[in-house]
Amino acid sequence: MANQIKNAFIAAILTAFIVTPVFGLQLVRQGARTLMAPHWSNVLIAMAVVFVGQLLRPWLALPFKRMKGTLPTLPAAPVQGHKWMMIVLIVAAIVWPFFSDRGSVDIATLVLIYVMLGLGLNIVVGFAGLLDLGFVGFYAVGAYTYALLYHWGGWSFWEALPFSGAIAALFGFVLGFPVLRLRGDYLAIVTLGFGEIIRLLLINLNWLTGGPDGISGIPKPTVFGLEMARTASVEGQKTFHEFFGLTFQNQHVIVYLYLTALLLALITLFVATRLKRMPVGRAWEALREDEIACRSLGLNPTRIKLSAFTLGAMFAGFGGAFFAARQGLVNPESFTFIESALILAIVVLGGMGSQVGVILAAILLTVLPELAREFAEYRMLMFGLVMVLMMMWRPQGLLPMKRPHVELEK
Amino acid sequence: MSDVLLKVSDLCMRFGGLLAVDHVDFEVKSDEVFAIIGPNGAGKTTVFNCVGGFYDPTEGDIVMDGQRIKGLSSHMVARSGLVRTFQNVRLFKQLTVLENLLVAQHTQVETRLLPGLLKLKSYRQAEADALARAAQWLDFMGLRQYANREAGNLAYGHQRRLEIARCMITKPRLLMLDEPAAGLNPHEKQDLQRLIDRLRREFGVAVLLIEHDMSLIMGISDRILVMEHGKPIMTGTPQAVRSDERVIKAYLGEE
Repeated sequence: MANQIKNAFIAAILTAFIVTPVFGLQLVRQGARTLMAPHWSNVLIAMAVVFVGQLLRPWLALPFKRMKGTLPTLPAAPVQGHKWMMIVLIVAAIVWPFFSDRGSVDIATLVLIYVMLGLGLNIVVGFAGLLDLGFVGFYAVGAYTYALLYHWGGWSFWEALPFSGAIAALFGFVLGFPVLRLRGDYLAIVTLGFGEIIRLLLINLNWLTGGPDGISGIPKPTVFGLEMARTASVEGQKTFHEFFGLTFQNQHVIVYLYLTALLLALITLFVATRLKRMPVGRAWEALREDEIACRSLGLNPTRIKLSAFTLGAMFAGFGGAFFAARQGLVNPESFTFIESALILAIVVLGGMGSQVGVILAAILLTVLPELAREFAEYRMLMFGLVMVLMMMWRPQGLLPMKRPHVELEK
Repeated sequence: MSDVLLKVSDLCMRFGGLLAVDHVDFEVKSDEVFAIIGPNGAGKTTVFNCVGGFYDPTEGDIVMDGQRIKGLSSHMVARSGLVRTFQNVRLFKQLTVLENLLVAQHTQVETRLLPGLLKLKSYRQAEADALARAAQWLDFMGLRQYANREAGNLAYGHQRRLEIARCMITKPRLLMLDEPAAGLNPHEKQDLQRLIDRLRREFGVAVLLIEHDMSLIMGISDRILVMEHGKPIMTGTPQAVRSDERVIKAYLGEE
């Protein structure tokens, strides 16, 4: 008991140190001068809460311990593609926006962008086990590739899309080289730096990228060359609604964007699933498990790592191009570290390597903040809390990856 | 008289001031079992790491079937037909047993992206072949019932066998085993001895092994290299090694 009181006391003192600069000293403006006004009562309250909390911790922990045992467990992600279920889900996803309101479709489009990014990062982090904290860099490269191709060359979305993927893949490939020798924490730091370099370049290359203002007026995807706009940007061309004799509705544009995103996300899912089962996918996973054993079997780790970086970055590039088209403008503000963290959180929360899990996590982490708009200020706080709780209760993620089961013929 | 498969000449490996391997010479013929023995710290595993391309030797030369492999990176050494196991089993623990065997065939299957993404016929055929070979090796090792188990969950003896199968499926010409009997019970050691014998007879693979278990060594080796403090003491048949005074001195110490 004496020990507990001592611990609680130390915790309370530490709390005082941590809390004082944040709550205890508040800045007060008086004309041109800024004064610091101490609020000791806040600090005392915090200390008291921590002291009591620490004293009662053993009792507070009890219900959680019990809960841990009875917490419902989710089934592991199914391996065999339940074909019919997939088809039903896809059809539902296609039909749904026509009966939904604008806001929801908009959020769903955002979800699909994150699904694309999550699946892309899942290749690097989940399959190959290379912790990449600068993934947003490739997203930015994709977005700016389309933006610049439009700005300087007048390219349309569908023309620029393959290039966005290719240029992002090239950046992934180039980044791959210096980090080949790195693993774990070191790799994370270098990739983090890479993400920041891209963002700072975008801010500072004023002549090319428009600096902090970015590039605006980027057109939305066309429908086989027909613009989705109230009036055609080029004299004499027909827009989508004129061609089909409809009246212009903003809803059409939103739904079309959603369907485009759905198409891209489905392609990403399809390709990533195939890749996983292919020799290169197996090699990624083997590399994650044991690089030395890989080498001893004649697998070239350089090629395997580079292929993971390149392909992962490619999907980020596609996602970026779509993002640019949807927003209509790109600026460096959209590609901060927080985005990288969010995408990584999607992969970790979903269950590293599990594609269904990643999709589920992308939905959760995008929709929940939208639903809880009133708590926007606490968004990152809740985010952190969810991650901590997940690591305690389900470190393997929402829907952990299950190994494929293969029946051998006699 | 069979031809020389691996020729190691004048091999030296220096770590700073420590000469871990000091002018070691040996040859492995294409159908023999060659063992390296010696007290702990004699530099046996260092020799292995040099031969396998994990270390770059300070001096000396390593030639595999007429082709110089010294200085090649380890995956290129493996592709020249020289594959090894590890002292502490190094399986891909979270992959299934079957996947371990499929990964090992990476250099033999269709690894290009497009045929795989489109599931072309050449790709499907290569995958089916790989699966068939894996099944064959599972049968050979008696591991078929564990095919879909995670490799890390296998019993230790089974992990050892799987590691050897994973090497063999790459179709090596020289199999290097680093203490294959470590952690096995006497019964499993006998199995291992039979296994090595079968591998040599049925698949024509030469075996280079490091081992501490003398009964195993004496039972299966054609020739033995004895090392102490990085230096080679002698090379000879099991009978010659057993009766050599220098070897006895190295193991039991001088009076």
